[in-house]
Amino acid sequence: MKTLKYLLEKEFKQILRDSFMPKIIFLVPALQLLILPFAANFEMRNINIGIIDHDRSVVSQQLVNKVLSTGYFRLSNVSATYQEGIRYVESNVADILLEIPAGFESSFATAQPKEPLIAANAVNGTKGGMGSAYLTGIIREYLAERSPQEAVRPAPIAATYLFNDNLSYKNFMVPGIIAMLISIIGGALSALNVVREKEKGTMEQMNVTPVPKALFILSKLTPFWIIGFILLSIGVLISWAVYGLLPAGNLLVIYLFTAVYMIAFTGFGLAISNVSNTQTQAMFTAFFFIIVFALMSGQFTPVSSMPQWAQHVTVFNPLRYFVDVMRMIYLKGAHLSDLAGQFGIVCIFAVGFNILALIGYRKTEG
Amino acid sequence: MVICRNINKTYGEVVALRDINLHVRKGELFGLIGPDGAGKTSLFRILVTLILPDSGQARVNGLDVTTSLKEIRRSVGYMPGRFSLYQDLSVEENLKFFATVFNTSVEANYELIRDIYVQIEPFRKRRAGKLSGGMKQKLALCCALIHSPEILFLDEPTTGVDPVSRVEFWDMLDRLRQRGITIMVSTPYMDEASRCNRIALMRDGRALSVDTPENIRASFSRPLYALRSAGMYALLNDLRGYEGAHSCYAFGDAHHLTLGSEADGAEAELRSWLDRKGYADAQLSRIEPCIEDCFMELARQ
Repeated sequence: MKTLKYLLEKEFKQILRDSFMPKIIFLVPALQLLILPFAANFEMRNINIGIIDHDRSVVSQQLVNKVLSTGYFRLSNVSATYQEGIRYVESNVADILLEIPAGFESSFATAQPKEPLIAANAVNGTKGGMGSAYLTGIIREYLAERSPQEAVRPAPIAATYLFNDNLSYKNFMVPGIIAMLISIIGGALSALNVVREKEKGTMEQMNVTPVPKALFILSKLTPFWIIGFILLSIGVLISWAVYGLLPAGNLLVIYLFTAVYMIAFTGFGLAISNVSNTQTQAMFTAFFFIIVFALMSGQFTPVSSMPQWAQHVTVFNPLRYFVDVMRMIYLKGAHLSDLAGQFGIVCIFAVGFNILALIGYRKTEG
Repeated sequence: MVICRNINKTYGEVVALRDINLHVRKGELFGLIGPDGAGKTSLFRILVTLILPDSGQARVNGLDVTTSLKEIRRSVGYMPGRFSLYQDLSVEENLKFFATVFNTSVEANYELIRDIYVQIEPFRKRRAGKLSGGMKQKLALCCALIHSPEILFLDEPTTGVDPVSRVEFWDMLDRLRQRGITIMVSTPYMDEASRCNRIALMRDGRALSVDTPENIRASFSRPLYALRSAGMYALLNDLRGYEGAHSCYAFGDAHHLTLGSEADGAEAELRSWLDRKGYADAQLSRIEPCIEDCFMELARQ
């Protein structure tokens, strides 16, 4: 016990004496949490729209005004022909084109009003898709308002967004970002730790001491476990102070899950560290995995919309469960009992990764 | 204390150790002497359980290095060739750390390190990374000693240390030996051999000779001369072409020449040859061999 205490004391001294590390550990995640939710926003604003109005009527003018007044679109140019308009798309001046056919106004009175044409640049798939969806919605709404015939009007559909009333992106991005930051910092730091001792040569000195392997690994794991809690607390505080987000569920359940998760993820980092010979190797390996974990976590793309094989792969992604749990607790107010599955799986990860870390650490080489 | 029998170790294609046989007695200051790449570090790493030998048997303190790793680690002190203490911890923190991981305390074994520690004590709050080279070595020695090991392995402790500190360091080792600690030390400096009780001359993974420095010098059988002249480089080339010469090497400010025969006329013949070659100014003197002469001679065989 005395040995563990002093091993830990040494780890903390090393972390705190580093002039760079404490900043990386605490400042960078805080900054990222302030910036990322705004940047990782899927709401499209300021889509550049090009107008080709062949009708030049009151009605077409009203439609254009309505489109521009929503705030989603910004008028980039007005062209006389479709060919001219498409040139603006080609040169990236316009993202989307709205062509209003001649006779648009006069066709209103008929049973079959002429429909405007939408052409979107899909190089940025999200922008193109969202833009044309917004535009379609706006035009539909306008046509329905203006149509003299009651029958043409579609039945109104009322949508209620459960657990996130305003469908705010921040509400579901922020808890996920906290999970990601804890993983990135915890994973990268632990991956670099043991290998740094190898590079500096101190590992050789440690290996001739009678310190048992498990105790050594434990002394490496514990500091990151604690750092994980501090990061989580910073994250919870910022999301409350800046985004007004408080978990709908129990905060303690989040901490409990983080406790298990950090054991798993630090074990993952230490396993990488033990088999690497240089910090560069360890960093590269860790980042390869962390990027895959992040992209396949469901944070950016829902797991259910991935192809079947990718969905199977995410089963082996610990971050997926963390993002999931954070959202469930923050938005849905899930109880401990609702999360038993995620807890179980992350426990398996914790045991598995740490066994790997232990196997990878060899005091004597063959 | 240390017994090696036919130790072999290879790293891929490179042969690091070939059939090493050694016996280090209790209370002995034993030197492994040889140039870089001779296999000194590999042998140390096997003896302190950091690597396993490919074949052969090694015992440290009666314990086998392949089966009793944990027991060996408790009873040996190891100081690697590269400074490998925690540079971001202070002098006293390093010392306390290594005492604690060996389940002891600085106070319990302070007597053993006091002579050495008092020299670095003024800097005890300083981080180990900020110490000078000699200070680092002293701290490393303290850390290797703090658990009162029965045998100490020091891998090139004097490499890169100034001449005064080197002498001091060997004095410290002498005092530790007098306390009954067995010490195995490696060095590339042949002149340090005389500070050891017994030495092993190593080259290319082989132990060329294992004996006391005196016996090794005494076993040097050929007549040895030191030569000085105005044109040293030309002299070296000419001497190597001299038919009576066995070997000739540049040794600092003189050339060391061994003759092929001990015959009485050999020296006179050499003198007249020198005159004929135009080295009338050459100073020729018969000398006693040093360890380096022995090493060169053994390496030729």
